[in-house]
Amino acid sequence: MQKVFGYPKSLRNILTHYCAGCGHGIAHRLIAEVVDELGIREKVIGVAPVGCAVIAYDYWDFDCSEAAHGRALAVATAIKRVRPQNIVFTYQGDGDLAAIGTNETIHAANRGENVTVIFINNAIYGMTGGQLAPTTLLGQKTATTPAGREAKFHGYPLKISEMLALLPAVKYVERAALSSPQEIINAKKAVKLAFQNQIDNLGFSLVEILSPCPTYWGMSPKKALEWMRDVMVKEFPLGRIK
Amino acid sequence: MSKSKVLITGNEAIAQGAIDAGCRFYAGYPITPQNELPAYMARQMPAAGGIFIQAESELAAINMVFGAAAAGVRAMTSSSSPGISLKQEGISYIAGAELPAVIVNIMRGGPGLGNIWPAQSDYFQATRGGGHGDYRSIVLAPSSIQEAYELMFLAFDLADKYRIPAIILGDGILGQMMEPLLVDSRLSLVVSERPATSDQQPTTKNWALTGAKGRPPNIVKSFYMKEGDLEKFNLCLQEKYKVIQGKEERFESLFLDDAKLILVAYGTMARIAKSVVQRLRKEGKKAGLIRPITLWPFPQKIFQRLAISDKRLAFLVIEMSYGQMLEDVKLAVCGKAKVEFFGRSGGGVPTEEEIIKKFESLKV
Repeated sequence: MQKVFGYPKSLRNILTHYCAGCGHGIAHRLIAEVVDELGIREKVIGVAPVGCAVIAYDYWDFDCSEAAHGRALAVATAIKRVRPQNIVFTYQGDGDLAAIGTNETIHAANRGENVTVIFINNAIYGMTGGQLAPTTLLGQKTATTPAGREAKFHGYPLKISEMLALLPAVKYVERAALSSPQEIINAKKAVKLAFQNQIDNLGFSLVEILSPCPTYWGMSPKKALEWMRDVMVKEFPLGRIK
Repeated sequence: MSKSKVLITGNEAIAQGAIDAGCRFYAGYPITPQNELPAYMARQMPAAGGIFIQAESELAAINMVFGAAAAGVRAMTSSSSPGISLKQEGISYIAGAELPAVIVNIMRGGPGLGNIWPAQSDYFQATRGGGHGDYRSIVLAPSSIQEAYELMFLAFDLADKYRIPAIILGDGILGQMMEPLLVDSRLSLVVSERPATSDQQPTTKNWALTGAKGRPPNIVKSFYMKEGDLEKFNLCLQEKYKVIQGKEERFESLFLDDAKLILVAYGTMARIAKSVVQRLRKEGKKAGLIRPITLWPFPQKIFQRLAISDKRLAFLVIEMSYGQMLEDVKLAVCGKAKVEFFGRSGGGVPTEEEIIKKFESLKV
């Protein structure tokens, strides 16, 4: 019998450590599928984040490096510069990429480093227990905004993708979501294009993926998906930004 | 073998030494008094087939070094005291991931912004780890421009051999002054004749990130979440440090055979101490010198041997800081000989006269 569906070669068949309804598992799989489909498993070097996905390299079956919190794009810059024949990507959360690592993010993008960035935006800090992220929505309750985010005290949700799209050296920015099967298919297309751009030497590509965090949103997995579709996408509209 | 002599600053000699030692990745961020070093790298690294990046911060620079080292290339950064403090996070990660890298600290006065004058007040930071966690870095302290150039070879070799950060600890005087540098043809200054070791060259480091072709994936990490794993890993690091302590102690000495008072100084300070010892010897006084070249591992054995062999012996530790290396000398001597101290810092450099005055006050 012909096998028509299975684990991607680039994804290891191990038990997940993520919470029920978390988006990281889906995002990991999309990357693994894209790496397989592009035939780059033996060339790819991933840079894993600090945060819930810190052990992303336990799931992927290719070379990976860790990076200190926020520094993934500095690490990736160097790997790609000394090994231009390899395909280098970072996998970063919103705290990693848009708070502690804002500097590294903006400058790697501005240098036009020929790397691929997968930016997981769940509007909250997961691993540390659900605190305010730069991307937390106005009114959203977190461990450190118990009355909800207020613009006057905490500022507005940071739209890092729109900001990066202003830079001339940035080639491709798209926002996708893991909120439905159709949106997941769209997310995979964006991830694939972001890798293809690097293969084609076009420069810096970033895909922001809205991803559910039912645990720290205080919602059921189903409700979390509805909240993404009904509320989160109003602040972070989907589609190609650049 | 032909030899050529060039007049060069310490900062530039360190840069050239790194390139000649096979360094093919440099990332840094400007800070006085080491700015000639990145400027030299910017000019020469492309010709050597290497990469130069002016990073957006010290944090980015050291993490770029992390990435380049993880990818198997000889990588280095340089900075000065406040900048090195910023790099400590990355140095801890490099130690934790067991990556080889070279970090140059051309020290200035501190704490805080301090000033741009020379000092040696980062000794604790360099030799005790500096960043978080149980780790050590190999620390080499050149005292001349020739030695600064030559120690770059040793720094990269030791970093690779032990997969450890190696720190070159100099100061603003060493970085800024000019001296003749003798380079033999093996260590040619003509960088274009040396092969590039970056992207086109296969690395011999089988742990490096090169793409998982024909082998299981390589993971570069310092994260050990499972109970007991980190302790096991840290014990392995401690074993490695013990091996380094046993094998890599280095020092220079003068007149130890009959010396009654031995000056102990490193780097620039040791040049002044050496002049003092030579002056005292002309006056018939039994002065000697120990100049540690490795600050970690500290050359303990020579102190232990001397302290045990002669009960009347005294050591005078001289620093451009307020008693940092002093602690290592006291630990090595372990109460078996007198240990005295003279130091200035914040840009103040002990003079020969001040040291002689201190020497005479000790009446040994």
